[in-house]
Amino acid sequence: MNIEVVVFGVSFVVALGSSIAMLFAKNAVHVALFLVAAQVALALTFLLQGAYFIAAVQIIVYAGAIMVLFLFVVMLLGVDRREALIEPLSGQRTIAVGLGALLAAEIVYVAVKGTEFVIGGRGEDALVTINEDPGNVKALARALFSDYLLPFEATSVLLVVAIVGVMVLARRMGHEGFLRETTEDEGSEGAETDAEVPA
Amino acid sequence: MDFVAPKIALSGIAPEIALAATALLVLLADAFIGDRPRTLRPEHGSARPGSGILGNRWHLPLLSLIGFGAAVYLALDAWDRVDATGATTQFSGMIAVDGFSVFVKITLAVFGALTILLGHEYLVRRDLEEGEFFALVLFSVAGMMLMASSADLIVTFLALETFSIALYVLVGYQRSRLDGQEAAMKYFLLGAFSSTFFLLGIALVFGATGSTNLYGEGGITSFLATTPAADLSLLVLGAGLLIVGLGFKVAAVPFHMWTPDAYQGAPSPVTGFMAAGSKLAGFAALLRLLDVVLFPLRWDWRPLVIGIAVVTMIVGSILAVVQDDIKRMLAYSSIAHAGFVFTAVIATNDRGISGALFYLATYGLTIVGAFAIVAVLGGPEERRTRVNDFRGLFAAHPLLAGILTLLMLSLAGVPITSGFVAKLVVFGAAVEAGYTWVVVVGAIASAIAAFFYLRILVVMYMVDAEVAEEPKAVMGPLSIGVIGLSAAATLVLGLFWSPLIELAEKATFFAGP
Repeated sequence: MNIEVVVFGVSFVVALGSSIAMLFAKNAVHVALFLVAAQVALALTFLLQGAYFIAAVQIIVYAGAIMVLFLFVVMLLGVDRREALIEPLSGQRTIAVGLGALLAAEIVYVAVKGTEFVIGGRGEDALVTINEDPGNVKALARALFSDYLLPFEATSVLLVVAIVGVMVLARRMGHEGFLRETTEDEGSEGAETDAEVPA
Repeated sequence: MDFVAPKIALSGIAPEIALAATALLVLLADAFIGDRPRTLRPEHGSARPGSGILGNRWHLPLLSLIGFGAAVYLALDAWDRVDATGATTQFSGMIAVDGFSVFVKITLAVFGALTILLGHEYLVRRDLEEGEFFALVLFSVAGMMLMASSADLIVTFLALETFSIALYVLVGYQRSRLDGQEAAMKYFLLGAFSSTFFLLGIALVFGATGSTNLYGEGGITSFLATTPAADLSLLVLGAGLLIVGLGFKVAAVPFHMWTPDAYQGAPSPVTGFMAAGSKLAGFAALLRLLDVVLFPLRWDWRPLVIGIAVVTMIVGSILAVVQDDIKRMLAYSSIAHAGFVFTAVIATNDRGISGALFYLATYGLTIVGAFAIVAVLGGPEERRTRVNDFRGLFAAHPLLAGILTLLMLSLAGVPITSGFVAKLVVFGAAVEAGYTWVVVVGAIASAIAAFFYLRILVVMYMVDAEVAEEPKAVMGPLSIGVIGLSAAATLVLGLFWSPLIELAEKATFFAGP
C-alpha cells in the first residue's frame, strides 16, 4: 500500500473524527483543542497535495494564531461557565443545516467535476508543476525578500506601533484620573480631588 | 534560478528609519530613565515636576527632538542628492525619492517636533506617562513620511495604517477623559472602515493594471502610457475608492463624520498634530496619485474631486458657524480648509501642487499654534473649550488674545497673514486651470467661514460684566515658545511668502517611470 494513502487515511480519520467530536464536546476548551487537531490534520492533507505554503500557513495562522485567540477568549470568559443551550436566534439550526448541506453539495460537485474545474485547464498535476519551478514557497520568499522587502519591513514597524498602542490603552490607569493642575473647579463635581497643588 | 539580492539604498527612507529608531530608543530609555508607573508610587503628590523647564523629565523629549533633527538632516541630504542627480526610485521601485517627498518630510518633521514640545508640557502638567506618547508621535510621523514618498500602493497602505493606528491611540491617550475614549473609539472604527475602502481600491487598481506599483516597469504609469484608454472603468472605480480612503484621512466631506468628535476628544496637542500632519500626509498621497500618476485620467476623476471640493468647502464652513465648542469649530474649519486644498488638486498643474504644499505647511503651523492656545486655556480635562469660555480673554491675557486674533485671521484668510497668501496661491492655480466657478464657491465659503473666526474674536475682546470665570492660561516656556513660533510663522509668511513658495515650486518634481 502506498504510504501516501496511509497518511491520507490517518489524517482523514483524525480530521473527521475531531470535527465530529467538536460537536459533542461539552467543554469549550476541549472543542478548541479538537479544532486544533482538525486543522493539523487538514494541513497534512495539503502537504500531501504538494501545497507546502498553504500547509504551513494553515498551521501557523489557524492552528497557531487564531486558536490561541479562541482559547484566550474562552479563558477570559471563564472556562467553567456552562453555555446555555437555548438558541438566541430562532430557526438558527434549520438555516445551519441548509447551509451545511449546500456547502457539502458544492464540495461534492467540485470533487466530481475534477480539478480542471477549479484550476483551469492546467490538468491534474498543475500544482506539482507550479511547485517545480521555482517552488511555491521559494517564489513567495523571493518576492518577499527582494521586491517587497520594504513593505515587509514596514509591516514590522506597523506591528510595533500596534503593540505600543495596545499597551497604552490597556495599561492600568493608576491615579492618572487625578489631575494635578491648579485650575478652576471645572464646573463639575468630584473629578478633581486635588486642586490643592499650586502651579 | 538564483536569488537576486535587491539593491538597497537607504537614503530615500533614511528620515523614516531615523524616526522609527528614535521611537524604539525612547521606549527603551523610558524603561530606565522615564517616569515610573503611577501605581507604584506610594504618594500621589510626589510626582510634581520641579522648576526649570518642567522639571527633570527632559530626557525623552530631548531624545525625540534629536530624532526629528536627524530626520530633517537626512531629508536635506536626500534633497542634495536628488538636486544633483534627479528624482529616482529606490527599493525595487517602492520608494520615490524626489523633491516633493523631501519637502513634505521636512514639513512633517517640524509639525512632529512642535507636537513633542507641546505634548511634553501637556503631559507633565497632567502627570501622564510620556514615553509612549513620544514614541507614538515619532512612529506616526515616520508613517506620514513614508506615505509621502511611497511609490507603491501597498507601501501607501502600510504607511497609512502606521500613522493612523498611532493617531487612534494618541486621541485616547488621556484615558481619564471619557470623551477622549469615545473619540478614539469612533476614530478607530470609522478609520478601519475607510481603510477597507482603500484596500478595495488597491485591489481594483491591481485588477485593472496588473500592478500596484506607480512608476516601475509594468507599473500603473507605464500601463497608462502603453494602453489605449478604452477599458479603464475598473481603474477609475479603483481610483475613486482610493480617493475615499484618503479623503477620510484629510477629513473631506462626506467622509468627515469622525472629525469633530475626534478633534474634540483628543488632547489638544494631538488635535493640532492631526490637523497639520494627517492632512499633509493624506494630501501628499492624493497629489502624487491624482496629479501625477493618474494625470492621463484627469477627465475621469476630476468631476468627482470637484464635487468633493465644493461640498467640503460649503459644508465645513456652514457647520462651523453653528458650533459652540472651539475645538469642534476648528474641526469643521479644518474640513473647510481641506476643501480649499482640493481646489489646488483639481488644478492638476505645478502651481497647484506647489500651492497645496505651501497651503498645508502654513495651515499646519497656524493650527498647531491655535490648538496650543486651546490647550493652555482648556484646563486639565479640556472642559473649558466652549466659545463662551473665551469671554474676557483680552482682559486676562492681552498678548495671548492678540496672538489668537492673528491665528484666527490667518485661518479666515485676511491679508498680511499666511492664510491669505495660501488661499491666493491655491485659488490662483485653480483659476489658471479654468475652474473659476470653484474658486467663486471657495470665496463664498471663506466669507461664511470668516463669521465664526470673528465670533471668537468678538467674545474675546468683549468687556463683559458677567464674566462668570476669567479665562486662565496655564502655560510654561514650551507652550509659550510654540505659540510664539506659530504666530511668528503666520505673520512672517504672510509678509514674506516668496521664499517658501519658491522652495515649494522648486520641490515640485516627481520620480518618473
